[in-house]
Amino acid sequence: MIKNPWNEKLIFELGAPGRQAFSLPASDVPEVDLDWPENMRREKAPGLPEVSEPELVRHFTALSRLNHGVDTDFYPLGSCTMKYNPKVDEALAALPGFAGIHPYLPEELVQGALQLIYEMEAYLAEISGMDRVTMQPAAGAHGELTGILLVRAYHRCRGENRTRILVPDSAHGTNPATAAMAGYQVVSVPSDQRGGVDVAALEKLLDERVAGLMLTNPNTLGLFDENIHIIADMVHKVGGLLYYDGANTNAIMGYTRPGNMGFDVVHFNLHKTFATPHGGGGPGAGPVGVKKDLVPFLPVPLVDFDGKRYYFNYDLPHSIGKVRSFYGNFGVVVKAYAYIRSLGAEGLKQVSRDAVLNANYLMAHLKKYFYLPYDRFCKHEFVISGKWQKERNGVKTLDMAKRLLDYGFHPPTIYFPLIVEEAMMIEPTETESKETLDRFIDAMIRIAREAEEEPEKIKGAPYTTYIGRLDEVAAARKPELRWRAGK
Amino acid sequence: MRYLPNTIDDRQKMMADIGISSVEELFADIPEQVRLKRELNLPEALAEPELVRHLEDLAGKNGDTSRYTCFLGGGYYDHYIPAVIPALLSRSEFYTAYTPYQAEISQGTLAAIYEFQTMICELTGMDVANASMYDGATALAEAAAVATGATRRQRVVVSRTVHPEYRQVLKTYLEPRGVELVELPFTNGVTTGDNLDRYINRQTAAVLVQQPNFFGCLEDVYSLQRAASGVGALFIVSADPISLGLLKPPGEYGASIVVGEGQSLGLPLNFGGPGFGYFAAREEFLRRIPGRVVGATSDTRGRRGYVLTLQAREQHIRREKATSNICSNQALCALAATIYLSAMGPAGLRRVAGLCAQKAAYAKKRLAAVKGITVAFNAPSFKEFVIKSEYPVTLVQGVLLRRGLVAGPDLGRFYPELSNHLLVAVTEKRTKEEIDRLAEALEEVAG
Repeated sequence: MIKNPWNEKLIFELGAPGRQAFSLPASDVPEVDLDWPENMRREKAPGLPEVSEPELVRHFTALSRLNHGVDTDFYPLGSCTMKYNPKVDEALAALPGFAGIHPYLPEELVQGALQLIYEMEAYLAEISGMDRVTMQPAAGAHGELTGILLVRAYHRCRGENRTRILVPDSAHGTNPATAAMAGYQVVSVPSDQRGGVDVAALEKLLDERVAGLMLTNPNTLGLFDENIHIIADMVHKVGGLLYYDGANTNAIMGYTRPGNMGFDVVHFNLHKTFATPHGGGGPGAGPVGVKKDLVPFLPVPLVDFDGKRYYFNYDLPHSIGKVRSFYGNFGVVVKAYAYIRSLGAEGLKQVSRDAVLNANYLMAHLKKYFYLPYDRFCKHEFVISGKWQKERNGVKTLDMAKRLLDYGFHPPTIYFPLIVEEAMMIEPTETESKETLDRFIDAMIRIAREAEEEPEKIKGAPYTTYIGRLDEVAAARKPELRWRAGK
Repeated sequence: MRYLPNTIDDRQKMMADIGISSVEELFADIPEQVRLKRELNLPEALAEPELVRHLEDLAGKNGDTSRYTCFLGGGYYDHYIPAVIPALLSRSEFYTAYTPYQAEISQGTLAAIYEFQTMICELTGMDVANASMYDGATALAEAAAVATGATRRQRVVVSRTVHPEYRQVLKTYLEPRGVELVELPFTNGVTTGDNLDRYINRQTAAVLVQQPNFFGCLEDVYSLQRAASGVGALFIVSADPISLGLLKPPGEYGASIVVGEGQSLGLPLNFGGPGFGYFAAREEFLRRIPGRVVGATSDTRGRRGYVLTLQAREQHIRREKATSNICSNQALCALAATIYLSAMGPAGLRRVAGLCAQKAAYAKKRLAAVKGITVAFNAPSFKEFVIKSEYPVTLVQGVLLRRGLVAGPDLGRFYPELSNHLLVAVTEKRTKEEIDRLAEALEEVAG
């Protein structure tokens, strides 16, 4: 265990009155008395830190050392696609010609940026089999909201007031939350014994009240729903639309496309599939692609090309409006663009091949030690259960996840999807070597053995981290959400 | 392929362990009907030097702030970014981590968010703040949604002096929920103070204003707040965080929720994103606020630590009953702001705000003296103001461009009655010489 990297002091507890880390020039204009009303002037300065630059840098460097990132070690967090984030993409997005351009510059001064957006749209449309793509949504869930609002606008334009969105019981929590935000009643669709949508149950739920079905394929169990074309036909037959949650696109690039499966609307997670960093929780980007019939409803503006110049197209009379200011997380789009250009068609297909191969390799080894509820080839991720360990040894999935920290790994996503008890959702991604996968398998096998032999040890894990298990119940019961002097 | 470690030999060994002879067997469950029966049609893969050259070419076609002196405003601003920010953000333990679900190995992100929440509370005078939103517009829309939930009322009143794009987003968010959106008119650049009771009534969930407003003018927030609280509506303020170095924190004039765009706090322009939205509220709305919130607690050994908390509000627990669907936010941008505010401190923030206000005041006076130009509104202003030209804005912008200057946006885009009106933003980065050049260019238009 390394020496404790942090002195536990927040930035507010460092420094001294009068210290500063800023450097600003003196004013070069004649000083005037501002004509502001007295009651609009701030009397008391905000309680911000007073530190010098070296203290500032040490503090945040110390904090960074308490974090586990993809660059630190394996991060098999299912559903999140924690793949390696290429360094060159970071450098390119920081070029002054991208990072230093104001959103209200005249179009003639942003031709390069518009060209990039225009080309990126074409790439994403090709990868997904959609007709047009908006870059405006800032994240996956934001893309979902945009997509469901598009579905809503489509039906209303046809004079139909549909009220329901169907969501599988295995879906990401954002799906039902999104449908509710868009004013829909959420109806849950059960899964069948192979982990796919229960087609018979779906049939019973389909009628003219259904605006659409939200689905991810492969689903959150990492399983490809082989009935997808049947499901698509069924939903379309009652006039509903199919929404593709693109969180799991890493599994299928070059093999199939949401458009080929019958989906009408798709969101991408550029921060998953296209290797832009997660940033500790953002920024991501959630572009949304649609089939032809939904194009008139897309948010404004789109980027178009008249043969000579690129321009913003605000001429979409049926548009849902705007979902975010300006044009989305452009800086993230630049990184994803660079990634697609680095890999090309064959590279992206190899990404999916290796992501799926790596996941199946882990699954093949781990299923001897952990209960595997759906024993069939998976795609880019799979779900095992800690149910054996819980039943035999009283060791829960949470305990095993915490024990993994002692082995230097980020744990899998746990307790999701909700339909698998004691779930562990494992997504290795394609950027991990066989040696890393073998180290992880080894750690998991040792944990399975420890569960048998030393269950109490696992229940007390982790032992080697900077901090031990934290009392989340106390945190929620008596919320302390900001620092205060003298506390 | 440099990002893919698997060799042919690795793949063979892995396939043997799985019990397959070809990777294609793993894709056998994709039905024929839905398969893509050709290769994706994408440009050839580029080697890293080719990639760099291609993106440098694209970047080179854009007029960034090193090539055009930026007087553009309207929510995104050309403020100075201290070098410590990109240096610390490049720590990959920060930027390659996910949302800090596993607190034991995410204390860096969690402690930084806790500091961020504290700083936002300090700036705004609010009790609680979340870990960030996508941008200023969605933060405002989510605040309005909180108000409709808290008051069980379905009418939201927003001033037309709020950023036009924010109002568009507000409409997109509120319309499906059946919320009526009503706009307050403006007079002389600020929300019209008369007849507020014609708009703000007992059905009103919230009154939304921006301070300083989209035109850069200072609103009479006290009378607007009284109108809101008088009918039991929430008073929601969108505020430029830089301005709060000098302006009264909204908490001191009765705001219920304070939101805003945080790009000014140490983030590049990025063609409009990523920046971040901040969201702060009074304690009574704590369990209604959207997004991630970090709280302090202690571990099994009694050591202080930080966790994501109040998760019962969020989509991964509550699903369709969640306060919002937000999952990813703009965490790394919030970290940039935390570093920025730490670097500036109370004195630095005050200085930045003061330099903006002083230089904008100089520019306003200087441009008012230019023939053919008038300052459109005489209300007090912060770092932006509106000029009216006798000539079409496109002509004016063309002349500026030739002199390497950009100002705007053209307000006729958003307000039909404000054709020939241009917004001018002046940050601490602008020099007297640059402001004088702007004035001279405008003189050339008239000349």
